[in-house]
Amino acid sequence: MSGRAPRRTGRGFVAPALIWTLAFFMVPFAVMAAMSLATLDGRSLVWGLSADNYARILTTPYLRRAIAVSLEITAIVTVISVVLAYPLAWIIAFRVPERWQRLALVLAVLPFWTSYVVRSYSWLLVLAREGVVNQALIASGLIAEPLTLANTRTATVTGFVHFFVMLLTLTIYANLVQLSPNYRRAATDLGASAFQTFRHVILPLTLPGVVTGAFLTFVLCIGDYVTPQILGGNNELTVPQVIMVQLGRRADFPLASALSVVLMGIVTLAYLGSARWLRLDRL
Amino acid sequence: MTRVLPWLYLCLAFGFIYLPVGALVLFSFQDGSLPVPPFNGPSLKWYGAVLADRGLMAAMLNSLVVAVGSSAVACALGFLAAYGLARHALPASGLLRAALIAPMTVSYLIVGLGLLIVFGRLGIGLSLWSAGIGHVVINLPLCFALIYAAMGGQQVNAERAARDLGAGEWRVLALVTVPMLAPAILAAFFLAMTFSWDEFIIAFLLTRFDVTLPVEIWSLLRSGLSPKTNAVGSLVFVISVILVLGLEVFVFRRRRQ
Amino acid sequence: MTAPIVLDGLNHHFGPFHALKDIALEIAAGEYVALLGPSGCGKTTLLSVLGGFIVPTAGRVLIGGRDLTQVPPARRPTTTVFQDYALFPHMSLRDNVGFGLRMAGMARRDRHARAEDKLAMVGLGAEAGKRPHELSGGQRQRVALARALAVEPDVLLLDEPLGALDLKLRRAMQDELKAIQRRIGTTFVHVTHDQEEAMAIADRIVVMNAGRIEDQGAPDRIYRRPASLFAAGFMGEMNRIAARPAAAGIETRFGPLALAAPPGADDLILCLRPEAIRAEAIGASKVETGPAALRIGPATVLDAAFFGTHCRAHLRPERAPEVTLVAHLPAKAPPAAGTVLDLSFDPDEVSVFAAEAGR
Repeated sequence: MSGRAPRRTGRGFVAPALIWTLAFFMVPFAVMAAMSLATLDGRSLVWGLSADNYARILTTPYLRRAIAVSLEITAIVTVISVVLAYPLAWIIAFRVPERWQRLALVLAVLPFWTSYVVRSYSWLLVLAREGVVNQALIASGLIAEPLTLANTRTATVTGFVHFFVMLLTLTIYANLVQLSPNYRRAATDLGASAFQTFRHVILPLTLPGVVTGAFLTFVLCIGDYVTPQILGGNNELTVPQVIMVQLGRRADFPLASALSVVLMGIVTLAYLGSARWLRLDRL
Repeated sequence: MTRVLPWLYLCLAFGFIYLPVGALVLFSFQDGSLPVPPFNGPSLKWYGAVLADRGLMAAMLNSLVVAVGSSAVACALGFLAAYGLARHALPASGLLRAALIAPMTVSYLIVGLGLLIVFGRLGIGLSLWSAGIGHVVINLPLCFALIYAAMGGQQVNAERAARDLGAGEWRVLALVTVPMLAPAILAAFFLAMTFSWDEFIIAFLLTRFDVTLPVEIWSLLRSGLSPKTNAVGSLVFVISVILVLGLEVFVFRRRRQ
Repeated sequence: MTAPIVLDGLNHHFGPFHALKDIALEIAAGEYVALLGPSGCGKTTLLSVLGGFIVPTAGRVLIGGRDLTQVPPARRPTTTVFQDYALFPHMSLRDNVGFGLRMAGMARRDRHARAEDKLAMVGLGAEAGKRPHELSGGQRQRVALARALAVEPDVLLLDEPLGALDLKLRRAMQDELKAIQRRIGTTFVHVTHDQEEAMAIADRIVVMNAGRIEDQGAPDRIYRRPASLFAAGFMGEMNRIAARPAAAGIETRFGPLALAAPPGADDLILCLRPEAIRAEAIGASKVETGPAALRIGPATVLDAAFFGTHCRAHLRPERAPEVTLVAHLPAKAPPAAGTVLDLSFDPDEVSVFAAEAGR
């Protein structure tokens, strides 16, 4: 463009942010990657180019199990969240009268703003042995003995789904309302039923938004430590939990780094798998 | 049936969304030591306990300082970068944008771990400063993206007019660009603030003696279920909601006009 | 296929806003009707009521003699060409055009054949495999038309279908729309705010304003003898000349005119189309043979501009120097400013309205 100012000043504007990102993100990431190739000799660190840590991850049952658990939980959470959020976003976008839509949307995502740590804790209140759900079920006579709900995978999944349903409702809603209402009108005008309109027109048109939301869910879910730590108990650990165990009790930074690189690898694979439909710029 | 079904679903969904929040707030008024049914309240004694807890109050102040400070830095850096990239023809601008956005795609745990390793190697002590640096790293992409998206063509002509009338580069920025982009900058600042205020894992890894509120709450959890945790959780919720409503009323509503 | 339409006592409210007021309209099978009016006049609301997207607060919609007021769009014999075309971006043109047939359960092979037929009809037979984003605006418009016609509706509704096209393309599409309508005989109802478009395509124009029908009839009738001041103003440029009722007709600044005045109004407005004004050199007037009441008399040319088919001039009549008249004069010899011409007009080309009407 002819109206643009010279390059030198342009670089000056971008430099602070770039230097910050380099110094506090790229360099640490590179150091962490290098650390994943180092080994521990007793308590002292030996730098090198060793694949030991990755070999340990592949051969140690409880590390392999953690990766499997993380993938399973993340897959379950992503699918359930999309399936629950889509109808909610649909109803808010197309059934709730226009003047109430914004209120309904704000209400649907308001608990998003409770503290992240506190939100998981609140599910503990609900799912605990003496908690709301068990007491309600006993009072209604459906069960005699309290169910074990907290400290299970179900509790972890419930806590995650609660969070991501709100997130996905927001992104899917944004996708639905930006479609011209004439697409729906045209479909019904040509004889499509409500379901056919959804199946043949609206779903394909919102698919990029849904995939983007699902990808975001995947990334945030697989990297989260808080929810499984508070709600999941000690029967099975996810990768972030194992990383924290390595950092804390054992101070095994090389293994923790290798696990982080594996986590990054999984996210990258998920990105490549869904890149065709992703619209990260349209979040 | 098909008319009732959507509303039924809406009610169930709202029930699911509000069940934990409802339990949290309700049992923060519990007159007893367990935040589970039966409800014996209402009582304000746990709020009294929170306000009397010096550790919690200090952590709340710490969180506020870190949130405001890191968001201000993230916004300033993000704005300058957005201005540089939107208004100047730079080589490899696509690559620069990708580099600035990159931290958004990495989980907070990994950002925190990387910084922990580097600070440990360099012998830099952990403090609120290190946590603040981490929060700038995660909020900078957000601020950059929001402000960059708002830098449409409509300001370009206003900036040209200002230059045409003799304003220098910095005065164009201060007198034309920043005021025109104020809604986007404020939105980015508020959003970054709520993220930093609520962030746990980076603060947990990168603080030592002075901690932020989520970290302090985390240590409360070790004592199990307690109405005191409910009370502090409800307080945080109310503060966040006020922030969000402020954002809605002062930024988005004005932008729509 | 085709069908007549009867609209009876239609009223519609959006909250406190009265969008349609006592609409009564009959459209014959195979007629091409244009709903004409400014934005917010209710023409698009009326089209939505016809298509079934809005159930009116009161009144009935009969298509082909059946009361369809409460029938949803999917089960009406109407289809719509939308203003933004609403082509499904993820489908090929073939699948877009075949969508209605697919919904009706037609087998793939048949519906593809029929879709390609319809695409050929609008001149896009070779593009059936393309996606909408690969097309130009005019081509998209044709696909939208083909898609709406593929299900062979009795009535086709067009919501400002040419609004997004440039002038030249719009003219070409107007001719094409009209030709297609003649060929298939389907009833077309076409919403537009462009009076030239309405005149170019429609058998009958319905002029709407503030939720009411102001006038309806053949284009030339509405242009020459509009039923209201609003219709007169909307159909084209005109001179508004103040007048009062008099013993024999009306009294104007140019003298008495033997024209019937609407009863019960003290202030009148005489509407005179620019092209209805005739001008001759002073002394050369041959109008002596016509009634003297239709003479404006000598007027000074203030300026004149050449428009190809005519020459548009501003003139100041000597009898009423505070009035500026606009006249379309023959294009051959544009008069110079300051020239004095003798003006007169044909009584068939003027209308008289009460001054309050159409405000």
